[in-house]
Amino acid sequence: MPEPIIRIDNIVKRYGPLTVLDGLSMEVMPGEKLALIGPSGSGKTTILRILMTLETISDGFIQVDGEQLYHVKKNGQLVPADERHLHKMREKIGMVFQHFNLFPHKCVLDNVTLAPILTKGMPRAAAEKRAMELLDMVGLADKAKSMPAQLSGGQKQRVAIARALALSPKIMLFDEVTSALDPELVEEVLNVMRKLAAETDMTMLLVTHEMGFAHDFADRVLFFDRGKIVEEGKPEDIFRHPKQERTQTFLRKIIAAGHRV
Amino acid sequence: MGRAAHYAENSERNNETMIDWSGYIGLILEGAWVTVQLTLMGSALAVVVAFAAGLGRLSRFMAVRALATTYIEFFRGTSIFVQLFWAYFVLPFAGITLTPLQAGVLALGLNVGAYGAEVVRGAVKAIGREQREACIALNLSRYQAMRHIILPQALPLMLPTFGNNAIELLKGTAVVSLISLTDMTFQAQVVRAQTGNTLIPFATILVLYFVMAWLISLGMRWLERRVSRGLDGLRV
Repeated sequence: MPEPIIRIDNIVKRYGPLTVLDGLSMEVMPGEKLALIGPSGSGKTTILRILMTLETISDGFIQVDGEQLYHVKKNGQLVPADERHLHKMREKIGMVFQHFNLFPHKCVLDNVTLAPILTKGMPRAAAEKRAMELLDMVGLADKAKSMPAQLSGGQKQRVAIARALALSPKIMLFDEVTSALDPELVEEVLNVMRKLAAETDMTMLLVTHEMGFAHDFADRVLFFDRGKIVEEGKPEDIFRHPKQERTQTFLRKIIAAGHRV
Repeated sequence: MGRAAHYAENSERNNETMIDWSGYIGLILEGAWVTVQLTLMGSALAVVVAFAAGLGRLSRFMAVRALATTYIEFFRGTSIFVQLFWAYFVLPFAGITLTPLQAGVLALGLNVGAYGAEVVRGAVKAIGREQREACIALNLSRYQAMRHIILPQALPLMLPTFGNNAIELLKGTAVVSLISLTDMTFQAQVVRAQTGNTLIPFATILVLYFVMAWLISLGMRWLERRVSRGLDGLRV
């Protein structure tokens, strides 16, 4: 039995008086494709942000790829980690954002090559070769010299995926990556992700409102509500035979809102 | 000789012989060169301190933030006139003797730099959280994020206000005449005193100030176009 690549142990996240995550624990196996669903404010995006070290945790422990994410061992005790440790840990994780967050002053190619050159010291030629392979994979090799402002939303998001992949992370986090897109552009991004899932053994965590995609894509679905995992299981079980009432209510609302399952 | 008598004699002389204006205009142009030097060197100093103090105010370290804030509040809150007198007449007591030009550059640069610092800080803060988060997700260091992502996008936001500040600085250079630096305004006053004519020297420097300010505007617009290349259109 392999070790989980992510082990979240009883974490708490508070924003002032508001508790977003209250003693959450979960594990993710290497190569697993996980879909996190649930109403907004349920804490699912917060988990991705915590894993990307964009938020800190108020309590608890997270282990990623055999190492503590937010802590280091010092004299046999776990103490909060410094920036250097976080820097090392971030190498294992990549993230794609809802609003793409491309660098508007850099062309597509530079968006993809910037981080490998700066953080891994990759020679420019090698970084560009790898970037072109990735852009080809997302179907945008011909846009390498375009500026982000010249691209459609779907194209931007595909560049953002290539950019995150350029650092070869073991874990990819997708935070509502199609929510900001026009409906007709959603499919081109989902296709890239399907391809990615089929061709790599990367671990992927996906926060989404695309229930149909979550159903096809995920090995396991977690339903979140109010900072807790209410129900989890195989996509067929969660979507076809949800046991918990809150899951049923949520799915009914989503279907009523016109999302496919 | 009384002032009135002096002017009377001058104007009398004017009536007798034509004033040789080329010499006087030459004097004003010499002053214009001093004004240009003050403006260029003062602006250069202002840009350096504006970035140092503006980024200092955004530092993680309390002491750096406090230092930057103190500098900004002090130099914005006191008059350029007083600062100039301190630089020229008081610093020598501390063993630092500056030439009038050095004192002028120092006072102008530090004064305008304090305003510029707030421009730098505002522009850097205007680059949204999303860009910073992308930098973290791509594992850039804080320095790399600032150098490659934040500042290149913040710069176009700073330039229009920097242009304003540079023009303010240009016009502020006139105060240096008070520490006997022979800038354009000082020379115009000399010419006025010697010829008794106000119109010609002051019309000349009016035009010269205007042309210099206009050149600054043109230069800043050119710079703006250059640094914002590719940034036009939608923010991503």
